[in-house]
Parts: sequence; structure tokens; C-alpha cells
Amino acid sequence: MTMTAPPIVSSAEPSSLRVSLGLLWRDKFACVAVLFLLAVAFAAIFGPWLLGASATKINLMARNAPPLSMHLGWHYILGADALGRSILLRVIVGAQNTMMLAGCAVVISLLVGSILGFIAGFRNDWTSSLVLRLADILMSFPSLLLAMIVLYVLSPGLTNVILVLAITRIPIYLRTTRAEVLEIRERTFVTAARVMGASPWRIVWRHIRPTVTPTLVTIATLEFAFVMLSESSLSFLGLGIQAPEFTWGAMVAQGQSYLGTAWWVAFWPGLAITLTAMSLNLLANWVRIASDPVQRWRLESRKRTNG
Amino acid sequence: MSSYVTNRMLHSAISMVGLIILVFFLSRLTGNPSDLYLPIDTPADVRAAFSKANGFDDPLLIQFQHFVVNLFRFDFGTSLRQERPVLTLVLDAFPTSLMLAAAAMTLAMVVAIVAGALAARSPNGVLDRFVNILSLAGASLPNFWLALVSVLVFAVWLRWLPTSGPGGPSHWVLPVVVLAVRPCGLIAQVVRGAMITALSSAYVKTARAKGVRTRSIVFVHALRNAMLPIITVAGDQATGMINGAVVIEMIFGFPGIGRLMMESIQYRDFAVIQGGVIVTAAAIFALNIVIDLAYALLDPRIKHA
Amino acid sequence: MADAKEHLVEVRNLSVDFHTKGGTVAAVRDVSWHIDRGETLAILGESGSGKSVSSSALMGLIDIPPGEITSGEVLYCGEDLLKVSAERQREINGSRIAMVFQDTLAALNPVYQIGWQVAETFRSHGVDRADADPKALELLERVGLNNARARFNDYPHQFSGGQRQRIMIAMAIALNPDLLIADEPTTALDVTVQARILRLLKDLQRERGMGLLMITHDLGIVAGMADRVAIMNGGRIVETGTVKEVFETPKHPYTRSLLASVPGAAGFVDATVRPEHDETLLRVEELSKEYLSPASLFRAEKPAVLALDKVSFTLGRGETLGIVGESGSGKSTLVRTLIGLEQATHGDAFYRSDSLIHATREARDVARRQIQMVFQDPTASLNPRMSVQEIISEPWAIHPDAVPGSQWKARVGDLLEQVGLLREHAARYPHQFSGGQRQRIAIARALALKPEIIICDEAVSSLDVSVQAQVIALLKSLKEEFVLSYLFIAHDLPVVRSFVDRVLVMHKGTIVEQGPTRQIFTDPQHPYTRELLHSDPVLSLGNAPPRRRRLPSSDDPTPPPRPFAGAAKP
Repeated sequence: MTMTAPPIVSSAEPSSLRVSLGLLWRDKFACVAVLFLLAVAFAAIFGPWLLGASATKINLMARNAPPLSMHLGWHYILGADALGRSILLRVIVGAQNTMMLAGCAVVISLLVGSILGFIAGFRNDWTSSLVLRLADILMSFPSLLLAMIVLYVLSPGLTNVILVLAITRIPIYLRTTRAEVLEIRERTFVTAARVMGASPWRIVWRHIRPTVTPTLVTIATLEFAFVMLSESSLSFLGLGIQAPEFTWGAMVAQGQSYLGTAWWVAFWPGLAITLTAMSLNLLANWVRIASDPVQRWRLESRKRTNG
Repeated sequence: MSSYVTNRMLHSAISMVGLIILVFFLSRLTGNPSDLYLPIDTPADVRAAFSKANGFDDPLLIQFQHFVVNLFRFDFGTSLRQERPVLTLVLDAFPTSLMLAAAAMTLAMVVAIVAGALAARSPNGVLDRFVNILSLAGASLPNFWLALVSVLVFAVWLRWLPTSGPGGPSHWVLPVVVLAVRPCGLIAQVVRGAMITALSSAYVKTARAKGVRTRSIVFVHALRNAMLPIITVAGDQATGMINGAVVIEMIFGFPGIGRLMMESIQYRDFAVIQGGVIVTAAAIFALNIVIDLAYALLDPRIKHA
Repeated sequence: MADAKEHLVEVRNLSVDFHTKGGTVAAVRDVSWHIDRGETLAILGESGSGKSVSSSALMGLIDIPPGEITSGEVLYCGEDLLKVSAERQREINGSRIAMVFQDTLAALNPVYQIGWQVAETFRSHGVDRADADPKALELLERVGLNNARARFNDYPHQFSGGQRQRIMIAMAIALNPDLLIADEPTTALDVTVQARILRLLKDLQRERGMGLLMITHDLGIVAGMADRVAIMNGGRIVETGTVKEVFETPKHPYTRSLLASVPGAAGFVDATVRPEHDETLLRVEELSKEYLSPASLFRAEKPAVLALDKVSFTLGRGETLGIVGESGSGKSTLVRTLIGLEQATHGDAFYRSDSLIHATREARDVARRQIQMVFQDPTASLNPRMSVQEIISEPWAIHPDAVPGSQWKARVGDLLEQVGLLREHAARYPHQFSGGQRQRIAIARALALKPEIIICDEAVSSLDVSVQAQVIALLKSLKEEFVLSYLFIAHDLPVVRSFVDRVLVMHKGTIVEQGPTRQIFTDPQHPYTRELLHSDPVLSLGNAPPRRRRLPSSDDPTPPPRPFAGAAKP
């Protein structure tokens, strides 16, 4: 570092959306993941509306038709189930319930967990200890088992499934938020704000929240995958939402008895789950790198290497 | 160090007790717990008699008192379906699940540590990419689907392995492998990360400056430090393994606790469900103690705080 | 043609590149130096100068991707270490050439006992386990580790920084290496501990006839320890020669500017009292802070720790007061108590006539607007997610009545210019600036509410020497312009020498001595003050060599230390 002239300061940064998209393009896997997720989202939003009727149409001529039976119709490319319904269409339509259940659970647990975490981290008194202890209890027990029991007691149904999934995941956000709040509280720029007379509310909103948010977003993305897998397991076991509503997990359960004869009935919905979870994990990985200033610089500086 | 151990034991004990209390109150949540025990179409007078016989009409606190007293006497009630004491049923099923989980965990740890350590030695190399794919698969594959697909491929099509067990060693291959995939992937990722951190640390640089042999650097200096985060994740995964075990036992027909619980749910045998929860909580408590002890042994900063 | 005399270690025309994802960085370019047994060479440079690179190459510690040695030779007794096998390098490391590092807590493996780690040097070079332990113990006793036998099986975290450095030195000299490389070994230590460690190194060198390579940024250490010096800047050696030559007749402009910016190179502050000083802004009376550790189920109540013990002083308007103390002296507690981050247990502090400790919240807030703070670590004290505009205007966001919103942009621009930056920097983010510039931003923020007092909490300690001088110059000019008073906290004496009017020396929670700067430096009364002065490598230049220090007696007045004859006068 020379002593005389101050080093050149780089020019003003472009808008953050531009930058994010540019960063995304540099990581090819993450790109593909985002595109896949957009397709899933599209299916979830418009699927039942566009294809709902066709998906439930029973066609006994196409009973258990194997994949690539296009002679019966283009939509039998993935095969048909025991009632002749197109697997492809059912997967597309089933996206809505699957995504909605997982999505709602994640949003609820994120909001409740992070708010409790902020309070617990900032106040650090006996109430926060109590909350933390409850979270510990919840976390110490396998979530699926807990979900099974609660759903047994409260009887399965859309709201109960969402609630149960949400409540078992609250501790993750609570603990993470609390740990981050405790750590950030001690940082010098927070001390500087306190010295200037900032109120606790201002410190949380202006200083702590923006620093914690990227971590929470990454976790939420990973959690989406985990909750989706949990919900699928519950549906597979018959404890999720009940017929005639279905999710991908339920579809796999339906296909279980036909495994030897019509494997495609169970295969495609499970593949959909896998690909969606993979995309979410890849996206979360990219978010983690992009929001960490050090790693991000590495991503930004890649010229023409592949992702 | 003894204060650390006592502290941790207290911590875990409170979690276990809290859970048991939770289950108790959960069952009283929807009013009379008789509904949980009896089939849905039971006539009202039978329900009333049942309720009275089991003390479900008593005030909540009295019920709780009985509950706790019975716990200490290891009386978890009787299974309505099988007409045997719950504790017997649960303890019969426990060993199967334990063996399944232990085998899967061992497999997962061995593969993960080897793959992760090798991947850490050449970051961005072939093995590193393999570990990345492995952990991605582990985190994304629904275990029930993986089980079905592997049964399809290896048992139905290739006929290398039986479709369901239990039985001889070949019956255990598929269940154990499928159960091990998720923890293996997640642990491998942690091993890789922890080893890379350890190998690029200042104390490894010091060791190189001292002229320490490479094998010693990797296995004595780095691995020991890396074990701490590895054990944390392994502990979490071991607890979560029960989630996977339920599904695996159902698919492969293993008479473990998971299948027992599922069947009890299907047949509305609540006493067994409750008993299963309690025994599982106790097992997790024991596991946590073991992990805390392992921590204390590995990290001298805990022993000599 | 006969070869020149073979040196113990010689680096010839070494160039090393680092390939990062952002491009290739030239770490060092065409670097050449040599060292022989028994002599001490110092490589002097600021951060980023590449001073550690050639010694890392010597020991094979450069990771080859991403590093790349593009040219040059590194010779040990004629053998080019860049071309030897990995096994040969391993043989040499630790036994013929050894190294000690700066961050001892990180450099020692936390999970193994220190005795085991010291013995490892022996074990890695063919000594039996049974023989290695007693030798390790001997070494630990030789380096002055107290109670070595009892502490042989303790872990690194159970020792202090100075003790850990002794352990590292023991590890390094175990096999009587020909060359010992010390890479900033004392930077993280208190001044008094630093002096002892440096003395230990010198003694060991003399005893064993080693070559000693000191890598440092501290001119004082160079002057006190080295025979020859190589000055590095931007990856190149800009000047080399004996210490006397280079310091008395520096040739390269960079060397000259380094020497000129040594803290305290200028004279003392003119100690004439100015009329404004009569107005007392801050009065601290018997301020005390006790830390009680609560009794719990498993532990009896421990005795209270007295972090501040009846501290009293005043600060006048336009005055700069220096508070100097090592770690544990209580200076940080003092600051935290004054600004309200800690609650005092006894005593009081007054800003003008308002109590800072016992007043109502409103009165306290008003008083606190007049007292602002600049922190030690400029990077940590700025929120990386806020733009410079937002950072500097935050005080106005917190106190909306200070400046109306419409004027914020203009006022931020004014402040930026006052601290030596540009108006357009307001749109940038902290990571785009250097350390010194970030500190300027922090100073601009502190000025935003037009305070009367600014507390500089080790505000220049993390900066490079040359940048320190600039920031202190800035503080001086701001003081003149705005009639500010400073409480300047520092951990050693040289930096306050040309900057503060009065000095307070703190030790273990009390003020052991206070007075005008000139008096403290030329005629210290308290033994601790004397120890501080004599420990400092910079200040002991011009005196007899460090090992022969004497305390001043009445018929032998110590002349005011003049760091470097021939240094540029201000």
C-alpha cells in the first residue's frame, strides 16, 4: 500500500437486480435450477386451472399404459395409471398442492421463527431461555414421528398438515436468527449506532435485519426442499391430505402396489420431487455464495469458465 | 468437565421430559382421549364405560399424576389390538430398528469420511465433484422413492436381492443402503468442508514448517480438529434417521418401531403410539449423552475451560 | 571465475505470482537478499508489500496452485530449495531452517498438549518419543516458560500470548537450526511483553550462532534488533544495506517517507496552555467499575474484579488528552462507562455540569450528542450494507432535529471534503475503500452532530504506519478548525508523543501517572511508566542498545530520545 495518493476507488455499482442476474448466469447449474423451478411454479399456479379436467379424466382404454404410448394421445408420454389417467397431467396438476403445502409451511415457520429469534436474541432474559428450551424439545425429536402423532390426534387435513410441518421447523429459524442476532449485536458498527443513540428498534431493523436476511433466505430455500420431502413422506404413509386431493407423495403411494407391473405410476412423481428438491438445493447454494461478499467477488470475476 | 457433563445431561433430560409431557397433553387436547383409543364407530355407552375404566374422567392433574407414576413403574399400558403390554411390544421392536439404524449410520460415516477426506485433498478435483453430487443426491432424494426404485431395479428386474425382509444378510442390503444415502451425503459434505478448513489452518502451516510428515499432518493434526463439526452433524443425522426408518421399515416389512407406530396409527392403538414415543425419546436422550461425552473427550477446550 | 562467498541462505531474483479468479497478482518481483550465520537481517514492509513471500518460498509453504514461482533461486548452502524433493524440504524444515509466526493461538494446534507439540519437532526428525519429551521440557525451560514441568501437558488456550510465543520459539530452535525466521512474532503482544520476547530471540541467536530473519513492519524493531535491513514496497526491494546506512542516509523516496511518518518523529506538542483549556468540558470523579461473577449452583462466588478503580481526570475545551495503557489496564472499560455501554458502580462523570452516569435519559442523550466516538477497526465500525451517504447521515436519522432531511446530501458532501475524500464517494460502499479511507469516513460520521468531544478509541492502531500519520494529521487539522477536544486512547506511547497535550497512564484499572506529554516522556515518575517507555523499541533508539537499559538517575538526565538522526524534520 503506497503512502501518498489514496488508491483508486471503483466506480458506482450497477443496480442489484442486474448484478444478481449476471451472477446467476455465471453459475450454469444454478441457472438450470432456476429455470426448472420457474417451470414448476408455472405448473403449480396454472396447472389445475388449465389441465384440471383432463387430469382427472378416466380412460379405461389407456389403463396402465406404459410410457411413450403416444398413439393414445400426446399426454400419455409418461404413461397412465390404473384408471387410465395421464401421469404427465397428474404430475403437472399435483404440483399445486405439493408446492402450496410446502410453501405455506415454510412461510409460517420463517415468520414465526425469525420473529421469536429476534426477540430471544435481543432480550436475552428468562423468556428467551424458555423459548429456546421449547425449541430444543421440538428439535430433539424426529420431526416425522412428531408429525405422525400430531396428525393422528388432530386428524389429517390441509390446515393441520401445514401447521404441523410449520411448527416442527420453527426451531431452525429461531435458533439461527437468535445466534446471528447475538453475534451481530457485538459487532462494532452496532456499538457505533448505540453510541450515537439509536433505539433498539432501529438497530434491529436497520442493522441486524439486513445482515441476517441472506442467511434466512438460504435456509428457507433449503427448508422448502426438506419440507417438501417431509410432506411427501407423510402423504406416502397416508397421513397427508386425503383423497381426492393429492400431492406427488400420494401419487407415489398409489403406484406402490403396481410396482412390478406399472412402475411408471410411482416413478415419475418421485422424479419430480427429486428434481425440484435438487433445484432448490442448487439455488440455495448459489444464494449463499452470492450473498457472501468474499465468495461473490470470486463469482463476479469468472470470465469464461463454466459454472 | 464434570460440570459440563452434568449440564448437558440436565439439558437433554429436560428435553426428554418436556417431550413426554407434550405427548400427554397432546392426547388430552381434543377432549376425551377415549376417541384416540377406540375405533371411530364405537357406540357412546361403550365409550363412556371405557373412559371411566381408564380414569379419563378424572381431573387433568390427577390423570397426569397417574401417568407419571405409571411411567416410573414402567407401565405404559396395554395394547388394545394385540392385548399385550405396550412396553413388551415396543422393546421387541426396538432392536430391529436399532440394528438398522446402526448399520446405516456406520456405512454412512465410513463412506462419508473416506470420500470427504479424499475430496478435501484435491478441491475441485474428480472426487470433490463426486462428493458434491453425492451430497446433493442425499439431500434431494425422497427415501421412499429411492427404496421403491431400488427394489424395482435390484429385486424385480435384476433379481440380485430379495424384495423384502427381514432375513439373512442379503435382505438387509437394500434397506441399509437406502437409509444411509441421506446421512452419507450430508456428512460427506461436512467432512470435506471441515478437512479443507483444517488443512488450510495456521497450525497445519506450523506443522509443515516443523517438517512434520504428510500422513501425520492429515490424520493427526487435521482430522482430529475436523471431527468436532463432523460429530455434530452425525449426531443430528442419527436422530433424523428415525424419520427414514419409519418409511424403510414399512416398505421392506421390517418389524421395527417405525412399522409398529405406523400400524398402531392405522389400527388406532394409541397406547402403543405413546409408548413408542417415550422409548424413542429415551433412546435419543442416551444418544445425546454419548455425543456430549465424545465432544468433551475430543475438545480439550471443554475439559479445561 | 571464483564464486562469491557462499551465504547460508541466498535468494536470487525471486518472482512469485498468485493466480486468483480476479486475475494474476505479482506477489514479489525480482527479490534478492542473503543472510549468514550469526547475523540479523530484517525485511521491513507494510501490509501487502510481499515481505513474507520469500521466506515462505524458502520453506516450501507457498501453495503452488494458486501460487507460481516464475523465476529465481532460493539457495540454502548452495542447494536450490525450489528444485529439491518434497522429502528433502521436509528434512530441512524444522531442523535446519525454522519459523515462528504471528498469531500464536491459531498457529498452535488447539487439541494437543504443548509439550507434545514441542516434542513433535524432535519426533519428526528421527528422535525417539522417549527422548523427545525430556528435550522438549529442557527447551521450554530455556525459553523462560514459567513452571514448565507442571504445564508440560497443558493446552495452548491455557497460556497467555507471550507464553505461547515462547512455546513457538522453543519448537523452532529445538534442533539448533542454522536460520530462524520470525514473521511478525510480536505484533499481537503488549509492548512490555514484546520487549522481553525480542530480548529472548537476540539471546538465543547469540547463544547458538543462528542467522535471524526478522519480518516486520515496525521500524523500532528493525533499529533495535537488525544488522542489515531490506525495505520492501509493492513486491520489490526498494533499498537494502546496514541499518545505520539506511536509517541515517535513506536513498529511496519510500524509505524516506517511512522514516518521516514514524509516530513521534516530530517534536512534542507545544505545551503552553491556551485560554480555551480553562473551560472544563469533562470531569471524571472517582469512577469505578466492579465486575461481580454471580454464584451459581456449581460455583462459589468469585471475588470481584475491579476494572476501574477511582479514576479521576478532567478534559478542557480544545485539549487533547491521551490515555495510554496495555491490555487489562481498564482504558476500554473507562471508555465504555463514559459512553454508557457499561454501568459504573461508583463515582460520577460530568459533561459540563450534567452527569453522564446519574442523569435522566433525556439529559444524558443530549450530553451524549456532544461526545462522539471513532473506533479502532474502521472496517468493522461501518455497516458493509450501508452506503457512505447512509452511514454519515445516520446520526441525523437518529436525531431528526439536528439537520433537516433536505440538507443531508449537501452536508454529507461537505463532511467528506473536510476529511479529505470526494463528494461523489457518498454513493459508494465501505468495501470499495482502503482502511485509512474508511477511518476518514468514520471520522466524518463522528463530526456529523458537531460534537465538542471526540473519543478516539485506538483509532489508528489498526492502520499502517504511513496511514497513521495521515489520519493523525487530519485529526489535528479538524481540531484547529472546529475547536474539538479529543480523548485519545492508545496502547503504547510513541503514537501520542506528537499529538496529545497531556497523558494519562493506566495500569490495572488505576491512573498511575498523569501530566503534560513532555514531562511524561522525559521525566517519568512511576515505575510502570518507565517500563512502558523503555520497552518501546522506537523510543529506545538513540539510547544504548536494548539489552543494556538503565533507569534515569538524577545526575544522568536521559536526553529526549530522538528516533533517527537524519530523519526528515517536519
